[in-house]
Amino acid sequence: MKLSRRSKIGAVIAGASVFAVVITGCSSSGTASTTPDTKTKITLTLATFNNFGYSDALLAQYHALHPNITVVQNKAATSDAAQTNLFTKLAAGSGLGDVEAVDGDWMPKVKQYASKFVDLASADNKGRYSSWKTAGGTANGKEIGLGTDIGPEAICYRSDLFAKAGLPTDPDKVAALLQGDWQHYYDIGAQFAAKKTGAAWFDSAGATFQGLANQYQNFYEKNDGTVIATTNPDVKAAFTSVLTASATESSHLQEWTADWAAGMANGAFATMLCPPWMLGVIQGDSPKVTDWKIASVFPNGGGNWGGSYLLVPTQGKHTAEAKQFVDWLTAPAQQIAAFKVAGNFPSQVEAYTDPTLTGATNTFFNNAPIGKIFIDRANAVTVTPFKGVKYGAIMTAVQNGLTRVEQKQQTIDASWAQVVTDIKALG
Amino acid sequence: MTSSTLPLRERTPRRIAFSQKLGRWDIKFSPYLYISPFFLLFALVGLFPLLYTGWVSLHRWDLIAGQGPMVWFDNFTWVLQQRQFWIALRNTLSIFLLSAVPQIVFALLIAAVLDTNLRGRTFWRMSVLLPYIVMPVAVALIFSNMFGDRYGLVNTTLGHLGIPAIQWHSDPFASQFAIATMVNFRWTGYNALILLAGMQAIPRDLYESAAIDGAGRVRRFFSITIPQLRPTLIFVIITATIGGLQIFDEPRLFDQNGTGGANQQWMTLTLYLYNLGWGQLDFGRAAAVAWLLFLIIVVIGLINLAITRRISSNGGVQR
Repeated sequence: MKLSRRSKIGAVIAGASVFAVVITGCSSSGTASTTPDTKTKITLTLATFNNFGYSDALLAQYHALHPNITVVQNKAATSDAAQTNLFTKLAAGSGLGDVEAVDGDWMPKVKQYASKFVDLASADNKGRYSSWKTAGGTANGKEIGLGTDIGPEAICYRSDLFAKAGLPTDPDKVAALLQGDWQHYYDIGAQFAAKKTGAAWFDSAGATFQGLANQYQNFYEKNDGTVIATTNPDVKAAFTSVLTASATESSHLQEWTADWAAGMANGAFATMLCPPWMLGVIQGDSPKVTDWKIASVFPNGGGNWGGSYLLVPTQGKHTAEAKQFVDWLTAPAQQIAAFKVAGNFPSQVEAYTDPTLTGATNTFFNNAPIGKIFIDRANAVTVTPFKGVKYGAIMTAVQNGLTRVEQKQQTIDASWAQVVTDIKALG
Repeated sequence: MTSSTLPLRERTPRRIAFSQKLGRWDIKFSPYLYISPFFLLFALVGLFPLLYTGWVSLHRWDLIAGQGPMVWFDNFTWVLQQRQFWIALRNTLSIFLLSAVPQIVFALLIAAVLDTNLRGRTFWRMSVLLPYIVMPVAVALIFSNMFGDRYGLVNTTLGHLGIPAIQWHSDPFASQFAIATMVNFRWTGYNALILLAGMQAIPRDLYESAAIDGAGRVRRFFSITIPQLRPTLIFVIITATIGGLQIFDEPRLFDQNGTGGANQQWMTLTLYLYNLGWGQLDFGRAAAVAWLLFLIIVVIGLINLAITRRISSNGGVQR
């Protein structure tokens, strides 16, 4: 779901005494029976973060189907809080929910410990997802995560600022205008910047780079996990080109900062990379702006940003029941219900023919046909980026490098040199 | 003397001796017994984790997979070779100085004012404690908004006055100053109250005789209050040192990523430790940082103790 680094406020750890947490290694793994119990009354805990769209009504539906099972949902405030919680309790060997939600971006870290999770593959969920989504949840041939949503990206733009700069404002015309590669996107940005509307073309180099990085199969790491980020010419070229464009086209507002949110409301930038879950963020941060629109286009083809999985830790007491529940919850019908609640775009292929999804529109974005747009954007995703164990740490190092230049602390070359040092220090 | 009385006599003094012994033990050991719960608890939640962290630091240790092979001091040498470690150390010391020094100076002044005959004394005393009650997270939230680079309250105000905006999240000094402000906001009042309690214990006749001898307010403050406050000052300075060197919440919540800034502008040692342990899941290296931090705190604590002793005793001798 939202790979929201947003305000992490929830992720406060009890002061510096954190280190008092003593690792006890793994304790007994509760190997319950393999067939679900239908008689004993049990409670399953479902741990999610942000908003997965799992309403009480949806969970009550499961209780109606399985009267002996009650599902309780615990929501963490942010993806990061959930991550900290997961690793701490995985280390402690107890305390995790029966079902845990994991963000696609830190899934690689979790996949290292595949033995601590139940294999969720079954006849029911075979062929439910596109191959790249399944691959993201599979470790050593074991399917430890079932996909919930995905984040196929489109471009969100401010039609008022486009009009000011003399650019087309109609979504179809904007889509035609932006058709092309990243350089083309920067070139249009240069045209926009030349008109001096007072707004920037995109929010930050970091956000833009994120979209670009997700279009390569091996951007930072080879399939065997070898880090190539510092030697891959594509990385350095992208780093340089986005920063060159950033000098005139970026608002220099880093994602998820309070300034960034305020910038959205104040029209500080005209375009944003836009996965479906971003729509809620934009609406939440700029509720009074009436000119946001969505163009069904993305530089250099399709791209995916975010999307989550549900996992069943072996430390739970009711793993068989939990597995059955996850299978039900990630089925197309339930994910479409979640989409209606929170706008998380289903990852289930079958959902894309459902009229509820194909006909969905969004009033805030001037009645954009979001169902149709994002199905198209999902189909445009052709590459499965390989994300290894160090993916998150490398991404942080590169993002820090981009930010340093945007903050005018370093030149592009000096910043890249530091990125290289930082990535080498991860070894 | 009969044979029957002899054993009796022998027994009686023995009984007395034993109860006397018990009494002596009571006097000797009971105090230790009474304070033992603290030490037992300390051994459990203080000493054991401390030593265990030391044990962890000598191994390769993954957060989840647990103990790996013993590597002796490899983690320490690795950490000491990291540029980020030294930057973290610089930031920690700088934030510590920016917070501890003004904090204690202002706390002393506030305490001195509160020590005079104010109207509504309790009201004023409680008011200075108010920031301390506010959750650090709430403090961080409010201040983060104030110190926003573009739309923050501070920069907007500066803009109205025609002063260029300060880059709170990119300039190292500005960011550390902002974090120190949060710390000072929270702790100054608390320290002021402790110093006030110390001041109230100073015998009033000292001030009276000094006043009769013609000493002014300022002279009385420096020649009586400060030297007499010595034990309280030592306590306040040592706790401020420990707290200041372990600052975590404020820098962690200063931006959206919580890793100390793109160029590690405000990454403190505790934050570095956290990034290693929970970000990279490398507990061995994180434990090494924890131990280095512990040693640094001990050293700086001892230096402070020595300085405080000298300053306050000199103050007393000055004529």
